[in-house]
Amino acid sequence: MSQTDRPSPEALLRAAAQEGRGRLKIFLGAAPGVGKTWEMLSDGRQRRESGVDVVIGVVETHGRRETEALVEGHEIITRRSVDHVGHSLGEMDIDALLERRPQLALVDELAHTNAPGSRHPKRYQDVLELLDAGIDVYSTLNIQHVESLNDVVASFTRVRVRETVPDSVLEQAEIEVVDIPPDELIERLKDGKVYIPHEATRALGHFFSKSNLTALRELALRRAAQAVDAQMLEHVRAHALAGNFAAGERIVVAVSEHGHAGGLVRAGKRLADALKAPWTAVHIETARDRAYTDDERRQLADNLALASRLGASTASIPATGAFEGLRDFAREARATQIVLGKSERSWWFEWRHGSVVDRLVREVGEVAIHVLPAGESPGPSHRPQRLALPGAWGDPDDYLWSLLMVAAMTVLGRLLLQVIDLSNISLLYLVPVMFAAATFSLRAGLFAGIASSLAYNFFFLPPTGTLTVSNPENVISILVLLGVAIVTSQFAARVRAQANLAGSSSRQNAALAGFSRQLTAVATGDELMQAICADIARLLDVRTALLLPSTNGPDLQAAFPPEDRLGQIELAAAQWAIDNEQPAGRGSTTLTASDWLFHPLRTSRGVLGVLGIARQDAGEPIRSDQMPLLMSLLDQASIALDRMALQKENLEARAIGERDRLRSALLSSVSHDLRTPLTTILTAAQQMKAHPSPDLAETIETEAQRLNRFVANLLDMARIEAGALPMKVEPTDLFDAVASAAHDTRISLQGHKVVVDIPADIPLVRVDPVLLHHCLINLLDNAGRYANAGTPITIRGRRLPDALLLSVIDEGPGILPGEERRVFETFTRLQGSDRVRHGTGLGLAIVKGFAEAMGLSVEAANNHDPHGACFTIRLPEALLLTQIDSGDVP
Amino acid sequence: MKNRPKVLVVDDEPQIRRLILAALGRADYLAIEAQNAREAMAMLRDQQPEVVLLDLGLPDRDGLELVPLIKQNPGVTVIVVSARDATDEKVAALDLGADDYLTKPFDTDELLARLRVALRNRVTRTGGSPLLTAGDVSIDLLDRLITRNGDEVHLTPKEFAILEQLAAMPGRVITHKQMMSAVWPRQTEQRVEYLRVLIRSLRQKLEADPQNPQLICNEPGIGYRLRLPAAANTNH
Repeated sequence: MSQTDRPSPEALLRAAAQEGRGRLKIFLGAAPGVGKTWEMLSDGRQRRESGVDVVIGVVETHGRRETEALVEGHEIITRRSVDHVGHSLGEMDIDALLERRPQLALVDELAHTNAPGSRHPKRYQDVLELLDAGIDVYSTLNIQHVESLNDVVASFTRVRVRETVPDSVLEQAEIEVVDIPPDELIERLKDGKVYIPHEATRALGHFFSKSNLTALRELALRRAAQAVDAQMLEHVRAHALAGNFAAGERIVVAVSEHGHAGGLVRAGKRLADALKAPWTAVHIETARDRAYTDDERRQLADNLALASRLGASTASIPATGAFEGLRDFAREARATQIVLGKSERSWWFEWRHGSVVDRLVREVGEVAIHVLPAGESPGPSHRPQRLALPGAWGDPDDYLWSLLMVAAMTVLGRLLLQVIDLSNISLLYLVPVMFAAATFSLRAGLFAGIASSLAYNFFFLPPTGTLTVSNPENVISILVLLGVAIVTSQFAARVRAQANLAGSSSRQNAALAGFSRQLTAVATGDELMQAICADIARLLDVRTALLLPSTNGPDLQAAFPPEDRLGQIELAAAQWAIDNEQPAGRGSTTLTASDWLFHPLRTSRGVLGVLGIARQDAGEPIRSDQMPLLMSLLDQASIALDRMALQKENLEARAIGERDRLRSALLSSVSHDLRTPLTTILTAAQQMKAHPSPDLAETIETEAQRLNRFVANLLDMARIEAGALPMKVEPTDLFDAVASAAHDTRISLQGHKVVVDIPADIPLVRVDPVLLHHCLINLLDNAGRYANAGTPITIRGRRLPDALLLSVIDEGPGILPGEERRVFETFTRLQGSDRVRHGTGLGLAIVKGFAEAMGLSVEAANNHDPHGACFTIRLPEALLLTQIDSGDVP
Repeated sequence: MKNRPKVLVVDDEPQIRRLILAALGRADYLAIEAQNAREAMAMLRDQQPEVVLLDLGLPDRDGLELVPLIKQNPGVTVIVVSARDATDEKVAALDLGADDYLTKPFDTDELLARLRVALRNRVTRTGGSPLLTAGDVSIDLLDRLITRNGDEVHLTPKEFAILEQLAAMPGRVITHKQMMSAVWPRQTEQRVEYLRVLIRSLRQKLEADPQNPQLICNEPGIGYRLRLPAAANTNH
């Protein structure tokens, strides 16, 4: 496809602007002063610079200079003045805005209440109208103005705001959290950079305490996270009901702190291998974790580490109970197979509560559950605490326990009646009521309250034995019991809800942590991109694609599920996202005709690529409340890609450096080793013209031979480095090899006696005789060069149980300690020796190259007594021929 | 004046030709030269040399192709002198009928020694004495009698077949293939390890120091040659 027939992003943009409703983006902050307005204006400015028609509907700069600077250059709709009780108030002129019809309007302070007499009482209603008219809106909001959180905020800040925005408005918006640390915000406050209306100064002073700001910030972040989590769960559940699982298998292995959980992990690995499925090892953290011994903690870490080594992603999920945690995690991970160990609990316990396995089978419909005998289920040893599911009556056990406690108190009360006053007996019943309400559910608490009041009435209040109440005072006792039940259970419900909330946000954290762990585990760029696509697709239940910029437009690198090409509009959107470092495509504000949404993968070095997201059912690619999770995932993906890119650049730089080093070493070696003998030959030949002498002739001969060896070595080295060693392996007799090598080096070994010390029955070996010959020549040559004059050079063959060693041993200075490996490197010459001895550092490198090509190894060591170097070629057992007697020869 | 053997030097490098010609002249050979394959074949026909020193890298034709053509002339000895040092090439030249192979750069003395061996083999083949003496070993191929220090050495038929190959042209490399087809004429599968074993046992019987063989010498990857120390000293 050529560049010209692809629709231009701008053309598509205009088409996109025509269709439907405008989009709302809310810049959400924890408190005033975090910089929402500034963020909105700078975002708006970027959009304007990229060609979008942006006007300011209303902006409160509060006289801040940096904010005002951003306003400059923007078209501002003049405010409409509304007279109110003698004051003239400037409100946003919605009619002027609708008339002007910009593509994007910037409207500050979404929660603002309009002056009486305006069209809408609230500004967010104005905004909704703008959206309906097809105008995109950027707006700002503080978390305490979110309607559902208003109470919560008021409860700890002691400041109640009247101006609220319904949650439904937030739900249709893309939310960007503008976040700065509380300390920084307090600093800004002290510097007078935060605008506070005069009348609210005192109240807000308390509002800006560090603990409040921390809580508000957490609230803002957590709300987003919670929404993402809830929707993810909800979506998965919907899928499960429809029986519409994604094609791939996913395996979850429950890991406990027990030693035999290792067996479970391995079983999970086998299953995963058989199904070619991704798998996760999960540990459910329950209250019992805190009671772990150090050994158990270590064992748990070992079990998870084992899983990680075997290729699982691992997670540790806090939950109220093993069953709940496992159930939720399995749903979230959309597991198709669960592996867990058989419980070692008593049959009595399981009969009463149902085992984790039974409950999983009952509640997690289409999942295969593997129960292995060796392990133990990862559940807590005590009774699991259960969540109060709305609308559920809960476990019948709860009522049974409540009744038992009421009965116990009745018995106790009868016994104590002799000692204490009748009215105090009713206090005893507070125990079962509060316990049932706090531990079980509101209904169980009420049940206990009613049971208690009936028992109290029947057994204690005169007339005893009947349910009539004679004294009106005693009616109050009954009401008090019921009231306590209600109040206690509500407190308890809130505590449980918070625990639940914390549980779900840590699940999300676990998902993120698992994601980053998986990204660090991959080795190549392709694997990394595949992992990014697969993981994000799994976590958000979307289709994903990763594109990198190239000269021919965005280049599809990886996709999950696999995809080989994208449409023109998608590529245009991806290109736009790369060029503008902004999201583009469906669900963004740009090129919405694309089915895919493209988010740039940004790093400090610019955009590395874009991640495309689409939904299987062609719906909106991503909901705004999934954005925080997506953003975190994108951040991690960008970091991982950046890391990989840097690593690659580093490696390349190092390889180039290494090549340069080798090249200059080669050049200096070649020029030295070629020029020295050539100079000698030339000089000797010139002198010979005048004074013929046998000495000069011999000099020429020696130098020429040296030159010849060097050239031969250079050729051999070139062949090794080209990887083109013609190999002709044949059964070879080491006696032959040694004898011909000794014969060919007889000149350079002059003055040394060559001692062959090889057992007569040494087996034949399967090698290339020519390469082995070159190895031996170089080793003998090397020995001749370094051995002390007149000393023998020994060639020793030794048969080991698993190999055959062939060594060349000299008597000389030996090898410097620590140089044993380096001597085989190209151009290494033993330090300090290159000034006195001739020859290049090629010889031993050739020995190594040739030996390794044949499947042999070489090592260098020092020999003691007499001192010298010992170079050994090791021929592995596989290359030795079995003994053939001459009688066996046909 | 003795009958001077005529040697044709085929090489495209004038410097090499000049040096070889000078060395041959000093050693009392009658040397003629050719600088390419065409000239070489003309010289061969017109001048009828007894030995051809053949370079493989000729400008008009690959020297290897010339080997069988030259060998069609009975009684002509071919010694390949080439800078190509690939083992395969050497084996190919020898299997095509070349009598010996020398790699450039070579030692002039070595060249002359090989030349002497080649000429002497020619004499042997054309009716000379089949009796060889190498140190304390004497080999009589006609009577199939091998002695070492005067004592008879008993060889198996295979061992004798190997030795016969080597001794028929002492000093010349006999390739593995040539030896094996002589010893196991019906064997299609070449088993070098059997050859190695036979060589080893021959050495045990004939060599003074089998660990350091002086008589039966190995050419790595090519074959074996029977080295006769006495032959090198023979002056003709």
